[in-house]
Amino acid sequence: MDPLRRSPSPCLSSRPSSPSTPPCEMLGPVGIEAVLDQLKIKAMKMGFEFNIMVVGQSGLGKSTMVNTLFKSKVWKSNPPGLGVPTPQTLQLHSLTHVIEEKGVKLKLTVTDTPGFGDQINNDNCWDPILGYINEQYEQYLQEEILITRQRHIPDTRVHCCVYFVPPTGHCLRPLDIEFLQRLCRTVNVVPVIARADSLTMEERETFRRRIQQNLRTHCIDVYPQMCFDEDINDKILNSKLRDRIPFAVVGADQEHLVNGRCVLGRKTKWGIIEVENMAHCEFPLLRDLLIRSHLQDLKDITHNIHYENYRVIRLNESHLLPRGPGWVNLAPASPGQLTTPRTFKVCRGAHDDSDDEF
Amino acid sequence: MEERKPAHVLRSFKYAGFMNEELRNLSLSGHVGFDSLPDQLVNKSTSQGFCFNILCVGETGIGKSTLMDTLFNTKFESDPATHNEPGVRLKARSYELQESNVRLKLTIVDTVGFGDQINKDDSYKPIVEYIDAQFEAYLQEELKIKRSLFNYHDTRIHACLYFIAPTGHSLKSLDLVTMKKLDSKVNIIPIIAKADTIAKNELHKFKSKIMSELVSNGVQIYQFPTDEETVAEINATMSVHLPFAVVGSTEEVKIGNKMAKARQYPWGVVQVENENHCDFVKLREMLIRVNMEDLREQTHTRHYELYRRCKLEEMGFKDTDPDSKPFSLQETYEAKRNEFLGELQKKEEEMRQMFVMRVKEKEAELKEAEKELHEKFDLLKRTHQEEKKKVEDKKKELEEEVNNFQKKKAAAQLLQSQAQQSGAQQTKKDKDKKNASFT
Repeated sequence: MDPLRRSPSPCLSSRPSSPSTPPCEMLGPVGIEAVLDQLKIKAMKMGFEFNIMVVGQSGLGKSTMVNTLFKSKVWKSNPPGLGVPTPQTLQLHSLTHVIEEKGVKLKLTVTDTPGFGDQINNDNCWDPILGYINEQYEQYLQEEILITRQRHIPDTRVHCCVYFVPPTGHCLRPLDIEFLQRLCRTVNVVPVIARADSLTMEERETFRRRIQQNLRTHCIDVYPQMCFDEDINDKILNSKLRDRIPFAVVGADQEHLVNGRCVLGRKTKWGIIEVENMAHCEFPLLRDLLIRSHLQDLKDITHNIHYENYRVIRLNESHLLPRGPGWVNLAPASPGQLTTPRTFKVCRGAHDDSDDEF
Repeated sequence: MEERKPAHVLRSFKYAGFMNEELRNLSLSGHVGFDSLPDQLVNKSTSQGFCFNILCVGETGIGKSTLMDTLFNTKFESDPATHNEPGVRLKARSYELQESNVRLKLTIVDTVGFGDQINKDDSYKPIVEYIDAQFEAYLQEELKIKRSLFNYHDTRIHACLYFIAPTGHSLKSLDLVTMKKLDSKVNIIPIIAKADTIAKNELHKFKSKIMSELVSNGVQIYQFPTDEETVAEINATMSVHLPFAVVGSTEEVKIGNKMAKARQYPWGVVQVENENHCDFVKLREMLIRVNMEDLREQTHTRHYELYRRCKLEEMGFKDTDPDSKPFSLQETYEAKRNEFLGELQKKEEEMRQMFVMRVKEKEAELKEAEKELHEKFDLLKRTHQEEKKKVEDKKKELEEEVNNFQKKKAAAQLLQSQAQQSGAQQTKKDKDKKNASFT
């Protein structure tokens, strides 16, 4: 699968000019670079879409984190599930907002997964989540293969899934490993250590290293994936990020006064934990990754790789359907089909499991 | 708050248009940072590079290559075409241009031989076929199972510059017919070539005549977009000057104390970049600096979609039946393709069988012939042997005869000599007797 380029590489071009397209010298300004402005104008007019999903057990601070990320009350103050009996099945809860900053409109969809991992028996608790993700891909595919298509197909595919790891301090639990293995094949996953204020700096480091080792052992490829780094700039940038993943984050949506400044933080008896202070937690890294630098890249990888993978599987599978005398219908995907995707990035260990289930 | 049903229940929802929805607008209490999104997008596009394809339609010698050279400030290598072309053919050439950090893959398609033939009925056909072929290639790529659209080299024509000859009267019928055939397939921008041969007042009349003819014949030329405020004004003012009267030149002439692109005549100098002299600057503005992206978008969302729709309907696909589930375009396409491939395979098999059969027959024939030859050879050999034997027999006989003859001859000679001798003796005796009698 061809990797994508990320940061601008003005002189290095990884697409060599083929012999039939000789480079030409221009003797004066032509105005080609005006196309960049044209692109910007078009993008601003159309607006952007971003869909994020937060997964983790209750009480890990997912809703607060989302509020902190987007600096607004995305969720109303009482997260659902508080004081309500735990739902029997996992319910996905999705909210869409339009936020605007400096003329840039962003349609943000946040999907929450209350009840994940909360039951006594958590077998297959990832199925509804995978089902939801695949359902979005399916919708997009159906729109794309219509004869009369819309000019702009609405994009509801999940671009990023933030997975909250409880701060046990030891290593990844079997539930985490199972879930991450399955999800990494279908969507971009960014694991974070939730409620990191219960760990000291050293504990955080050890925990992080152990998690990284777990991820390596189980062949879990989290975002940013190494195989999609194109040029040297990307590699350097992403290696730094990969070294710090999973980020140890703290979420807070209340402001406090610290040294005369108003900062977001958690007030405790022993001090105020500033969310945006790199010395306290790594929230700024997460925010920068998700929003300020890699948002477009997340969308591109979802579109060019995860969605294409899904499409290939779906189209290949439909050949196994019985053929009628006339047309072959793309039968609606059965729930079983949607929840156990088989992709090309194979890690033998986990794969056998999904085959059995199917 | 939207409640979502449990995930195993499929639910579809359609967006009417993103901004018109009843969505909660959130107010932000601080700087989040997604205002960098347009920049992120632009960075991505920059590293991938852009494609732009221009089709130049016009008679031979009307100045297409010179105009391209002038527009892009460079010398594209090409030889001028002759007027002897038997038909219209399209010649495409690709070039890589780079300006600061923007890489542009430019393809210029030329119509060689347009307008040269005596019978120009079919002149538009190769052009339409070429445009359709590019759409077809993109469609094929899009319908593949394993596809890579994000680094596909887009060869669809984004803009068609139609060069109108500067007669000063009106459009030729060839022009009208060709433009009518192309208007639903490509963005047409009409331009008046070699505009330095028309005087200013004639030019104005010529332009209005052309535009009214286009309108009355229902030719849809490219409309510069006026819905976005930043470009609406400039597009509106420029549209008034359509078709652009351009002059192309790659030679520089000293004007004042600068060198400028111009054409030098004994009666004056026509400056290419002087807006009073010609509309070249307007063309460059519209084509490249203001609307390049819009041209590309129109090609993709309007012309290509139209082609795709027609092609798929032609192949027999439908979108939905009122009561049943959507037909799958992909499957039917694949099924048809497999059918087609199957047929091809069958035909191939048949041909192979036939070939094998023919080979066998020929082999048999050759073997027959070989056998015959062998037989002939054997026969000849035998005959030869027989003849030889006969000859030898005859030879023997002859030899015997000769021997006999020799014997007989010898015997005869002996007798003869004996007889002669006795005769001679007898004669001598007689003679002696005679002599004796005399004495």
